[in-house]
Amino acid sequence: MSQDIYPKLKEIIKPYLPEDVNPDAISPESHLVTDLNINSTHLVDIVLDVEDAFDITIEDDELDKMETVNASISLIEQKLAMR
Amino acid sequence: MQNHRVVVTGLGVCSPNGVGVPAFKKALEQGKSGIRFYSELEKLKFSCQIGGMPLISEAVKSKYFTPLQLRNFNAAGILYGVAAGVEAWQDAGLAIDEERCDFDSGTIFGVGTLGVDKYRESIYKVDEGNTRRLGSTSVQQTMSSGVSAYLGGMLGLGNLVTTNSSACTTGTEAIFMAYERIKAGKATHMLAGSTSDGGPYVWCGFDALRILPSKYNDKPAEASRPMDANASGFVPGCGAGALVLETLESAQKRGATIYAEILGGHSNSGGQRQEGSMTAPNPIAVKRCIAEAVTDSGIVASQIDVINGHLTATAKDDLEIQNWSEALGRSGVDFPYINSLKGMTGHCLAASGSIECVASVLELKHQFLFPNINLQNLHPEIKKVIDISRIPTQKTDLKFNILAKASFGFGDVNCCLIFSKI
Repeated sequence: MSQDIYPKLKEIIKPYLPEDVNPDAISPESHLVTDLNINSTHLVDIVLDVEDAFDITIEDDELDKMETVNASISLIEQKLAMR
Repeated sequence: MQNHRVVVTGLGVCSPNGVGVPAFKKALEQGKSGIRFYSELEKLKFSCQIGGMPLISEAVKSKYFTPLQLRNFNAAGILYGVAAGVEAWQDAGLAIDEERCDFDSGTIFGVGTLGVDKYRESIYKVDEGNTRRLGSTSVQQTMSSGVSAYLGGMLGLGNLVTTNSSACTTGTEAIFMAYERIKAGKATHMLAGSTSDGGPYVWCGFDALRILPSKYNDKPAEASRPMDANASGFVPGCGAGALVLETLESAQKRGATIYAEILGGHSNSGGQRQEGSMTAPNPIAVKRCIAEAVTDSGIVASQIDVINGHLTATAKDDLEIQNWSEALGRSGVDFPYINSLKGMTGHCLAASGSIECVASVLELKHQFLFPNINLQNLHPEIKKVIDISRIPTQKTDLKFNILAKASFGFGDVNCCLIFSKI
């Protein structure tokens, strides 16, 4: 499952990278804010894009479960399983 | 401490009849109208279905914004303001430091209504109970200071970064306030300008006031007729204008191109007293504003060669001419040359003052007068005050030194600036 999610998530994250961060820098271990330097206000937009792409709803109190790429994948898997 | 002399070293513009200074200058010389018919206004049953909007290509957008900034972006006023502001900054030859902020450079960039389309989008989501789906940028796109905030970040400004708002006086007032800041030694460079959204949700209130022309929907280019006997209301417009102001000392030291000097100015209000109201000017205050601007500039009224009027093409144009004439003590053939840009652009509301100041500075720098287009029969009340020869209807080359520019706005507010060739 996570093999399908990872490339999709990577594409979602890409546009939010600062200009000086190469998309190749994205890895499963990446922390979106501290490693990839994404402006924390954009986490809100990434959540919306994830919701649209996977047709799931992420609650506000689950935002802290999306800090890293791996954690996001787990959350998405969990949501997909609940559908 | 001695006051600093203040000069204009950069220009930028996003006008209905030209985006970017070279296109705008050409439009001025040719008397090109930027007024078009909008089927959207027809569909919405506006009585005035025409307006002036800058035509912004995707190439222009991506020149000034990153793809990330353009995601969910729907604030035309910020787009216009950034395009004009960054153009002016680059035109002035000022560097953009990506690392550090510049405490000597700031901006006063005014707005009337900003981010209306983004606001509308948000309101629909909010009313559907979907506030959480607004995304991260709806605040910055709809706050009044959105445009100065975007510009401050793009240019790395570290001095005053703010937005002023005084209806149709906004643009001229922004330049005046930036001028005062530099003159007082509180900043070296200021980006001064203003922007306005356009379209149905900005123009609706004016349509409701029945002060827009309704008989020109099939001939939009002829609709805006400042000073004409057949003027039937102002054509709504939008866009942005921007000027880089700096100390003469700094400009000379950098070897910058100097377009003009600002000799002085004045802003006041008629307090909505005497004949003034929310929507009408108190003539005593208008005349005082002009006279104070002349005094502040250290010139006398007879030295003014050219006036760039507010002249919107409503029934108030003759009163404005009367006010200029009495304030300067000049009439007939002795009256300065006068023109109104609104014949070509319509009334760009909060952006009008700054766009018109860009036009004025171009006229001074290149020593010409743009034509008053659509002026066929001079209004009889105006004819009684000034000679028709003072109102060029063709592009006119003219050697001149001093231009006065004034803007007047709802709330009975006034601002007048005096520009000089240098």
